Amino acid sequence: MKYLILIYSNPASREIWEGFSDAQRAEGYRVYDALDEDLAASGEMIVSEALADPSLAKRVSVREGRTMTTDGPFAEVKELLVGFYLVECESIDRAVEHAARIPEATLGLVEVRPVLDLSGLEM
Amino acid sequence: MSTARELEGLLRELGPQVLGILVRRHGDFDTCEDAVQEALLAAAVQWPTEGVPANPMGWLITTASRRRIELWRNESARRRREETAASLAPPHPEPISAADDTLTLLLLCCHPSLTPASQVALTLRAVGGLSTAEIARAFLVPEATVGQRISRAKQRIKASGGEFRMPARAERSERIAAVLQVLYLIFNEGYTASSGPALHRVELTAEAIRLTRQLRDLLHEDGEIAGLLALMLLTDARRPARTRPDGTLVPLAHQDRRQWDARAIAEGITLITKTLARAPIGPYQLQAAIAAVHDEAARPEDTDWRQILGLYELLNSIAPGPMVTLNRIVAVAMVHGPQAGLQQLAAAEADPALAGHHRVDAVRAHLLDMAGDQEAARANYRLAARRTLSVPEQRYLESRAALLIRPSRA
Repeated sequence: MKYLILIYSNPASREIWEGFSDAQRAEGYRVYDALDEDLAASGEMIVSEALADPSLAKRVSVREGRTMTTDGPFAEVKELLVGFYLVECESIDRAVEHAARIPEATLGLVEVRPVLDLSGLEM
Repeated sequence: MSTARELEGLLRELGPQVLGILVRRHGDFDTCEDAVQEALLAAAVQWPTEGVPANPMGWLITTASRRRIELWRNESARRRREETAASLAPPHPEPISAADDTLTLLLLCCHPSLTPASQVALTLRAVGGLSTAEIARAFLVPEATVGQRISRAKQRIKASGGEFRMPARAERSERIAAVLQVLYLIFNEGYTASSGPALHRVELTAEAIRLTRQLRDLLHEDGEIAGLLALMLLTDARRPARTRPDGTLVPLAHQDRRQWDARAIAEGITLITKTLARAPIGPYQLQAAIAAVHDEAARPEDTDWRQILGLYELLNSIAPGPMVTLNRIVAVAMVHGPQAGLQQLAAAEADPALAGHHRVDAVRAHLLDMAGDQEAARANYRLAARRTLSVPEQRYLESRAALLIRPSRA
């Protein structure tokens, strides 16, 4: 099964990150690197990306066939998606185990979502 | 001049044999498997332009052996020392037949220390002769992911002391059961995704059937191998009728049975009938027998549900499981009416493996639908559609729910 691990940020987590010393930040990156390496080595990693700052986001809307965009950041959004892992694991428990290693999990900002697949028994 | 298909068939037949010979000669499954894979790729590139060599097997052995030495030289000094020590004593010098080699390879690829995903990838590459890229395409994952699964699988086999030799008799039936599980997994992966954006995955069902046939040729007496082969044939026979052109699922009761593959059905029925008459009964044989009863009915209303119910009772007693429970309940409803089925379903939900499972909702919806309670049926179809993890199932369940709205509005 494929699972999407979503990592969010909120004002509190951004404040913590910005208050970090260089050494603390480096430690954060090391945690991510170790997770990346382990997921690649176990053959569970499909893809992982970190997202650019929300100020670079564009919201897209189509009205009467015309495409319009609004530039971010969007003030009404409190929790922002900052990165994700798409993994393939034996079970959701295993995916949760990986998700728990993400530093943001200590702040409750990590979510695991099962991905729909094409399976299905004869009915 | 051989066609591309003939050439592919030849390479995939020779692949496991060459690997068997090399591993028996050198012992290092890990490096030998990489070397054979590269020799097969080289052959696939060279033979179509330069012609098939007079002795294709010899060519592959020579090329793979050469490649093995190159790979071996590339390894670190530490690895090299280990290897030298290991290669001093050829592990299994006694001559063994190619058939035994293939079986030994299958057992090794489905080693109990591996995860199912790794067993599948390794089996398809080492025994099926598929390339890493082909496996990745079939399973819709990146090539690097499959490559990693294969190399990790080989490391694990090594670490857990897995060797290229036939397991002791006591262990063998358990190990063969693991192989059957992997082959059925490959089959289902191809079968369930044989439509829409994943059309090419049909190859996986063909590959699973080919490997199961091969295994059956090696162990002709085994009833469960024959049962699995029959189950695959009888299930795959319905594939042309199972999906609409847009990829949506057609349930068994609504399939156009004229589209079923009559030849595969005939082969499957003959096989399962003969097997049931002589071998000790097992779960694959029972599932094949159930599939045969379905396939024998020219129209859904001709289905012998009493016989199917009897077979599910038997299956439930030798290999119980949540899906067997649910299928048995559907058969109960077909024989004794929807209320009997609904009662048993309510009791079955106490099983934690079934509590909250979308398929319980789907079965309940179906039984309520049979009982004429459209309102409740619709609610349960919708609940099942929300909870399923499968796109085709979701579409099917949503359309069942939508279908039930129509009469009340008319």
